[in-house]
Amino acid sequence: MLKFIKVVFALVRKDISLEYRTKEIMNSMFVFAFLVVVVFSFIFDPGEHEQAQIAGGVYWMALIFSGLLGLGKSMQSEITGGNIEALILSPISRNAIFFGKVISNLIFMLVMQLVMLPLFAALYEVNIVSHVLMIAVIAGTTYGFVLLGTLFSLIAARTRSREIMLPLLLLPVLVPLILAAIQTTGALSAGDPPEEYMKWLRLIFVYDIIFTSVAAVVFDAVTEE
Amino acid sequence: MIETAADSGKTPVLRLIDVCKKYGEIFALRPLSLEIAAGEFLTVLGPNGAGKSTLLKLISQQTKATSGEIFYKDMPVKDLSVGYRGKLGVISHQPFLYEGLSALENLTFYASLYNVPNPSARAKHLLERVEMSRRMHDPVRTYSRGMLQRTSIARALLHEPEIIFLDEPYTGLDRQAAYILTAILKEQIERNTTIILVTHDLALGYELADRTLILSGGKIVFYGKDEISAERFESFYLEKVNHA
Repeated sequence: MLKFIKVVFALVRKDISLEYRTKEIMNSMFVFAFLVVVVFSFIFDPGEHEQAQIAGGVYWMALIFSGLLGLGKSMQSEITGGNIEALILSPISRNAIFFGKVISNLIFMLVMQLVMLPLFAALYEVNIVSHVLMIAVIAGTTYGFVLLGTLFSLIAARTRSREIMLPLLLLPVLVPLILAAIQTTGALSAGDPPEEYMKWLRLIFVYDIIFTSVAAVVFDAVTEE
Repeated sequence: MIETAADSGKTPVLRLIDVCKKYGEIFALRPLSLEIAAGEFLTVLGPNGAGKSTLLKLISQQTKATSGEIFYKDMPVKDLSVGYRGKLGVISHQPFLYEGLSALENLTFYASLYNVPNPSARAKHLLERVEMSRRMHDPVRTYSRGMLQRTSIARALLHEPEIIFLDEPYTGLDRQAAYILTAILKEQIERNTTIILVTHDLALGYELADRTLILSGGKIVFYGKDEISAERFESFYLEKVNHA
């Protein structure tokens, strides 16, 4: 277990060093998310309650689509130069490789959200983190997205039309998670009673638990040629 | 008749029994059996599509055999998995390096995965050995093909592997880098490291090899060491490949 943690830590440190040098992932994710949020802020001008509902949808769409860009770039650094093969050849657990990548991508996504949240609040006049439970929604949804995104980005990176393959594979599987995140965000922002959002919040965490187990089992097969 | 490691008087470190690889209905490698002795230098030759790289991928567990079994010192490699991979060093035409990191950062990272004590010192020592110490802090993306390959050689040697696989390692190398690689291979021969070299360079492959394996169309057409001169080896090779 200690070796597993050491390997995961080494992988995360490597990814952060790489990103610190190149800034490829953060720049592309941030620019895309920024554009989506700004453009949509000009389009919608509804009443207060509807604004809270729609703002949740815009927020998650901006994150999902910019996240797709980031995940593609993150996996590309492993594919270029054959690094993923080198990792697979190393005497380390393949799950350590997977969870190392998941944690790195999770850090990048959370850092981006730290920047995007105040901007979003200013443009939409909606405080997304108005309720303490919203932290759980952001953490749970981002984790679920990154978990499956990392898995599918490896599959997509090995195909010829990788740019289209990642959203094509990932988005249909993410539908329950996105739906739950939008519903919970909307209900929490509008100050709806707990019975309106608790079932969606539960769905996010059940989704995360199920797919953590599935991804851990499937990743080994995905790394096979 | 396949020559075995026992025939050469050495202990087999790797044994392949009826190993085959199919992609769909196409054979990348037809069922083959062979033994590779500890400390042996085996050169694998053959035309494009002969199954040379597939053989390396099978032995290094990058891909699973469709059928057959591979043994490392009488233990099936599928049971050894992580422990077995720690004994291998791979030099491919791919550098296995992160372009955004320096040579030193790359090697230190890989050394930590292999649990090498004092990773940074070991990385510096090897980069010096491949004459890359002057550029070790520069990002790998600024390196020439030869520099990339030299760094890649250093990376493969970090954990002092027992078996080294080289897949076309001389491709694109300048004279200096080729000289360094040959010198390192000779050092590894002295250290009794088992080396499996896949190459198109017949003369060099034959000169270094204890035994030669010639593949054509996914099957073995020659395995052994004939007492022929290096000059005659090319015509010998062509005869074997053309009559396969």
